Amino acid sequence: MIMTNVGSVPGKKIVEHFGIVQGSTVRAKHFGRDMMAGLKNLVGGELKGYTELLQESRQEAMDRMSEQARLMGANAVVNIRFATSSVAQGAAELFAYGTAVRVE
Amino acid sequence: MQEVILGNLDLFLFLLFVVIGYSCGTIAEKRHYKSIINREKELIKLMLVNAEGRFADGAVHESFLVSGSMVVSNDYFKRLLAILRNFFGGRVKAYESLIDRARREAILRMKEEAKSKGAHMIVNLRLETSTIGRSANKKNSVGSIEALAYGTAVVMNRP
Repeated sequence: MIMTNVGSVPGKKIVEHFGIVQGSTVRAKHFGRDMMAGLKNLVGGELKGYTELLQESRQEAMDRMSEQARLMGANAVVNIRFATSSVAQGAAELFAYGTAVRVE
Repeated sequence: MQEVILGNLDLFLFLLFVVIGYSCGTIAEKRHYKSIINREKELIKLMLVNAEGRFADGAVHESFLVSGSMVVSNDYFKRLLAILRNFFGGRVKAYESLIDRARREAILRMKEEAKSKGAHMIVNLRLETSTIGRSANKKNSVGSIEALAYGTAVVMNRP
């Protein structure tokens, strides 16, 4: 599955459009990570646990999106956009959407 | 002396937090800026544009999505400064440097990923920031900030 966030796949020609595909996941971190983040809030700096968590969940959202695209018969997703929102305390929603297409 | 400390335990704890936050936060920020500047120099050759590129036929070998992100949090001292700033208004420098760091680090991580996969340039860069964490939904407070950078890495057909 080719993924790009430009309107086309550079170097390839789009032959068919299938419309929008999307994937999302809501994740919360576990207690240990939350404690560490609380400590980190004191001294500042990167919250590695959160970075990893968000990356994992973004990958998950992308996987769901590409699975949807695959079921439509597409072999590429173009114009991908990401969005993050916090839905509840300590939980974040990761959302990915794009257009499923078939390229030559 | 002991009685004074025990009597004003919350005040002493507060001062301790401020001192710890200030010293650790300042050292960490300086170190981080140093590494950011060094790595930016290393990766300057990898072209990065935020427009959709147009390529001639047959010029592109492969293209794929790359992304980088960082979640960063402010220290106790700077948060205190920001609260004071909320009172008087004006530039909140404490948060300016925080977001700047997170964003540059996210771009660097994206570039590193692109470079390790052999890309020659990145087109259509998009940047996004969001607040997450425990205090994300509270008013007037910035908890931790996530900066995300993503774009399409392009491998050219070069001789």
